[in-house]
Amino acid sequence: MWQVAEVAELIPETPRVASLVLKVPDWPGHDAGQHVDVRLTAEDGYQAQRSYSIASPPEESRLAITVERLEDGEVSPYLVGEVKVGDRIELRGPIGGYFVWKAGDAHPLLLIAGGSGVVPLMAMLRHRSAAAAKPPARMLYSSRKLEDVIYKEELDRLAAAGDGLAVTHVLTRAQPPGWKGYARRIDREMVSDVAWPEEPAPLVFICGPTSFVETAGGLLVDLGYDPSWIKTERFGATGG
Amino acid sequence: METSEMKVDGNAIGGLLREIFTMEMTTAETTCAGCGAVHAVGHVDVYVNAPGVVVRCPSCEQVLMRIVQGRGRYWVDLRGTRCLEFIAAP
Repeated sequence: MWQVAEVAELIPETPRVASLVLKVPDWPGHDAGQHVDVRLTAEDGYQAQRSYSIASPPEESRLAITVERLEDGEVSPYLVGEVKVGDRIELRGPIGGYFVWKAGDAHPLLLIAGGSGVVPLMAMLRHRSAAAAKPPARMLYSSRKLEDVIYKEELDRLAAAGDGLAVTHVLTRAQPPGWKGYARRIDREMVSDVAWPEEPAPLVFICGPTSFVETAGGLLVDLGYDPSWIKTERFGATGG
Repeated sequence: METSEMKVDGNAIGGLLREIFTMEMTTAETTCAGCGAVHAVGHVDVYVNAPGVVVRCPSCEQVLMRIVQGRGRYWVDLRGTRCLEFIAAP
């Protein structure tokens, strides 16, 4: 199940986040929203393993993951900062079928991201962008500061394409001068501003730290959303 | 750290479960032996900080599964799961 992947390219995304493009022999293909498990083995045989969402869309032949460096983590400080092009890491995947979106689903799409929870949602937006038929989509993306926003330019570009995507940024901790967007933690008013009406039934994907995801999901249910419309992925507070 | 922040969800053990059941399991549905609630495995609560993995029902918090791995073996305790329903391999 575990296979060896070679790091083909490193793309810095923010001061603490990087994308790794991986060369995986015989990659079977994947769906937007799936993840891979990455395993590192130390010289003494100690192994540490973490899950990372796939950032690249199914259409792209190269597999990319995006990783946030957590200082007390066991895996991410190696993947962001130490790893070099040509290095090999072990991975297994693609994994998951629950938190997956396939182009062709016509439900209005609502994507809610907290921090690096944007990664699987970005795979969905990239997948949507490549698809012939595009359902209307809205993204609510909460970051601490502007420089922490992952894929900022690409999201601006996708939203400017005029194909029915709107991206709303939230900056919870610090805002640049003149910031007119939301500047607080996610709340009922914000969710109600951004969410689709209940008819026709939307499809919702929420990904981020556990407390963020549970808050956002709870607010949508309070607004009248059916829990069955909402798919969540919670990665705890630490990751690693 | 708050307890809630040690919690992830069933998506995080998709790889582990696929190794055990040899198929994609996050879309499988568990029926809780305690309260009878049915949830997709991707949606259940998972604690990976315990020795091994503890899976709990998001409706009543009862333990659904315990999975321990070591010495080249798995121990899978499914006492809290009344039924695990998943699509058969084609």
